[in-house]
Amino acid sequence: MAKSTKSSQIVIEIDDMHKWYGQFHALKAINLEVKQGERIVICGPSGSGKSTLIRCINRLEVHQSGRITINDTELSGDLKKLETIRSDVGMVFQSFNLFPHLTVLENCTLAPIWVRKLPKHEAEDLALEYLTRVKIPEQANKYPGQLSGGQQQRVAIARALCMQPKIMLFDEPTSALDPEMIKEVLDVMIELAETGMTMLVVTHEMGFANKVADRVIFMDEGEIIEQNEPNTFFTKPSNKRTKLFLSQILNH
Amino acid sequence: MLLQVIVIAAVFGSFGWLISNLVTNFAALNKNFGFDFLFQPAGYDINQRLIEYTNRSTHIRAAVVGLLNTALVAIVGIVLATILGVILGIIRLSNNWLARNVAYWYIEFSRNVPILLHILLWHGIIINTMPHPKKAIAVGDFLFLSNRGLYLPQPIAEVGIAALYLAIVAAFAFVFFFSRYAKKLQSETGRQLPVSMINFIVLISLPLLAFLASGSPVSLDLPALKGFNFRGGMHLMPEFVALTFALSIYTAAFIAEIVRAGILAIHKGQKEAAEALGLRPKRVMSLVILPQARRVIIPPLTSQYLNLTKNSSLAIAIGYMDLVATLGGITLNQTGREIETMLLVMGIYLIISLSISVAMNWYNSSVKLVDR
Amino acid sequence: MDTKKHYAPGSHPDLPPPPGTIGIVGWLYKNLFSSVGNSILSVVTILFLYWLVTASAGWFVLDAVVDASSRKECKATNSGACWAVIFKRIGQFVYGFYPQEERWRPDTAFIFLIVAVAPLLYPNLPFRRQLFWFSAVYPAVAYFLICGGIFGLPEVGTNKFGGFMLTMIVGVTGIGASLPIGIALALGRQSRLLSVRVISIAFIEFMRGVPLITLLFVASTMLNYFLPPGTTFNLLLRVLIMVTFFASAYIAEVIRGGIQAIPKGQYEAAAAMGLNYWQTTMLVTLPQAMKISIPGIVNTFIGLYKDTTLVVVIGLLDPLGIGRAALADAKWNGLSTETYLFVALFFFVSCFAMSRYSLWLEHRLNTEHK
Repeated sequence: MAKSTKSSQIVIEIDDMHKWYGQFHALKAINLEVKQGERIVICGPSGSGKSTLIRCINRLEVHQSGRITINDTELSGDLKKLETIRSDVGMVFQSFNLFPHLTVLENCTLAPIWVRKLPKHEAEDLALEYLTRVKIPEQANKYPGQLSGGQQQRVAIARALCMQPKIMLFDEPTSALDPEMIKEVLDVMIELAETGMTMLVVTHEMGFANKVADRVIFMDEGEIIEQNEPNTFFTKPSNKRTKLFLSQILNH
Repeated sequence: MLLQVIVIAAVFGSFGWLISNLVTNFAALNKNFGFDFLFQPAGYDINQRLIEYTNRSTHIRAAVVGLLNTALVAIVGIVLATILGVILGIIRLSNNWLARNVAYWYIEFSRNVPILLHILLWHGIIINTMPHPKKAIAVGDFLFLSNRGLYLPQPIAEVGIAALYLAIVAAFAFVFFFSRYAKKLQSETGRQLPVSMINFIVLISLPLLAFLASGSPVSLDLPALKGFNFRGGMHLMPEFVALTFALSIYTAAFIAEIVRAGILAIHKGQKEAAEALGLRPKRVMSLVILPQARRVIIPPLTSQYLNLTKNSSLAIAIGYMDLVATLGGITLNQTGREIETMLLVMGIYLIISLSISVAMNWYNSSVKLVDR
Repeated sequence: MDTKKHYAPGSHPDLPPPPGTIGIVGWLYKNLFSSVGNSILSVVTILFLYWLVTASAGWFVLDAVVDASSRKECKATNSGACWAVIFKRIGQFVYGFYPQEERWRPDTAFIFLIVAVAPLLYPNLPFRRQLFWFSAVYPAVAYFLICGGIFGLPEVGTNKFGGFMLTMIVGVTGIGASLPIGIALALGRQSRLLSVRVISIAFIEFMRGVPLITLLFVASTMLNYFLPPGTTFNLLLRVLIMVTFFASAYIAEVIRGGIQAIPKGQYEAAAAMGLNYWQTTMLVTLPQAMKISIPGIVNTFIGLYKDTTLVVVIGLLDPLGIGRAALADAKWNGLSTETYLFVALFFFVSCFAMSRYSLWLEHRLNTEHK
């Protein structure tokens, strides 16, 4: 697909960021710049810190040294600023995390009503718009427990989009899905990418990376080992660890 | 089919054998079975009662007094235990290591000591360590703690009290309508008003203003030391205080664990998803965590309420006149009607237990998460 | 200005975390002083604990009197707790009025109890199979040891039983005897035969709906009426019967939970092999259900163990009864706090130990059944 026309505005800037879990050095010297409209895929073996990295971006995990700046606001413990940052950064989880006691529609309208302070009908119109985009508007009044995995994940994407974020984070969105449902979710993500959304996706779906990504980042043992545009990344990886990883996942 | 017949025959057979023994034994002892003793005068006094009763009232009335006393202890105990238990449960979840562990040890000490011991300890402390009324622990001129119990001022309504009652009703009405209005406002325009704070302020200040404006039409009958004891005021007997305290503290420990387990049972991802959407911690709790935790907490919580009610039957150990102590205690001893009184007492407790069970099952199915 | 060292990708060493985030300082910060509110709470709690310890250390230990022969003497010696009442009567607290020279018998029975119960509670014990045989004969052994009357052991009347020994007897017998009845009730509750189901449910709901004390009253006042004229049961035996019935209802519910936790596939596999109801139950359902239910059974036992204190109300001399007897003595009148605290401490230590065991076991079982 056509690579997006990126404006040169930097939306995420990570400067020499380190994170420890107790004594364990989980993320080492992370330096990353993400421009608006960029689509980035992060891959690597399990334990490499890729989930930890994107969870640091919306402060679900806290970094101990270095700086993370989102939309020119530095990430810190300040609750007010955090609320603003989290409103502009959406996240989709591996285990969907839909609220089981609310209907699909209520799941989507919860944050717009309580954070963006929208009136109820406006929030519902917004929710239906995004539910249509993810192609399940008819499920609006069902409960998450009544939907399939693929449907639930699409609702999760719609729920995140209802806050109209500037950045979307995906933490292994298809890893918990049955194979026949992966495609419907990936299709939604591809369509989202085509609208110019800034996306960081942690995934093993290399086909998706090839199709959509502007950059593929390989992480191992808490460090960013290599990053490149997909073509070069997959055909001419320069680091031997990258080569090893690619050989393991591309051959099954 | 044959098996069923055998089972039924066996059960009825055993019952029949038991009853026939009963009849034989009764005949030999010249006893009979009947409930007419209930309408005889009871002949004993009950020192703490909520309704009129003298020693010439019937045994039935004594039983009712006992039942009301049981209800009083149970309700007060349940309220106190819930408040204390929820607070403790939340402290157990705090990220302050000291608070968490102090709560932990407090809960472990309360849980692992039998309830009867709690009751006896508290009763013993009040009787033996609290001072004589002449030297009672006093808070100002209106609260006295002695080994005869707790004395509080008794509020007496005077002329002009109507304004206060009106204000209280008005305050509740305001809270009700304002909450509805605020919800509607948010629904239509998205604006959020500080509902809880405004409600709280109104509930406190409106009655207070009315009270002051109408010349403080409530006088307090203060307890005053006359001779060896206090007269006047409201008197909470040591038995009641000890029993309620003990039951509340014991049950609160179990409730704390239930609350804690309930909140922990909610998957961590729910909290993370809510936070990722930008919701503040208070809203995460009230909109996402607590509604789900409620479902997990209510069934075992109701069990604890039932246990508290059944445990109140230990009142007899310290002389508090609950249902077991009146009907199953003094009435039983005086009339010798062991079987009838015990049947009645057990029957009443059974009715209470079963109705609470039924209510809980109904609630449980009405809030079940909708599944495929 | 770039003062950072640059490492080649993949070669960054593991650095230690910045000081102040780990170690003592880090721990203090995170756990006690992470915010203004938290800091105030921590300080207040520390002050409160300090006050608590200093105020009670005096009464409990420093000013306490351990050897005296009456309350007056205690008060004359020091102002703290008068533990002398406990020490003077420790024998009674443990054995009740069991004759002193025969006390080795309950002691032996207790040790045998630990041996008998160990294979049930510790799944990985060596010689487990052999020990199970001992568990099976233990009830008879214990009965003869404690009550006597054969093998040259003088008989000791049950009215002499008391103290912690009585607590153990009522608790262990109650749970032990209630297990088979509880299993029967649990199976009965699931039965396809309506009459069996109704009877089981009625019994369980009845026992769970009434307070234990009413059942104890029944045992003490009227159980005799339902037995053929002339039979006399001693009080302890009547209490044991009622306690057993009471416990069996709770055990039944625990086992029902265990049965329900068995995956449906087990029944399907058994049916596919051609096993009938009884074979399935004995060979497949019950062994698994019992294993899953052990933590619940231990918890029910802990509850029953605490409930044994109620027998004081009908005149049996459990530790509370012994305590009250001591208090009734004019020499020790008024020392209720000391006696009750002592009994409370005993129960706290034993119940706490048992519930830790139960937690360990539950954790063990959860990690096995992945």
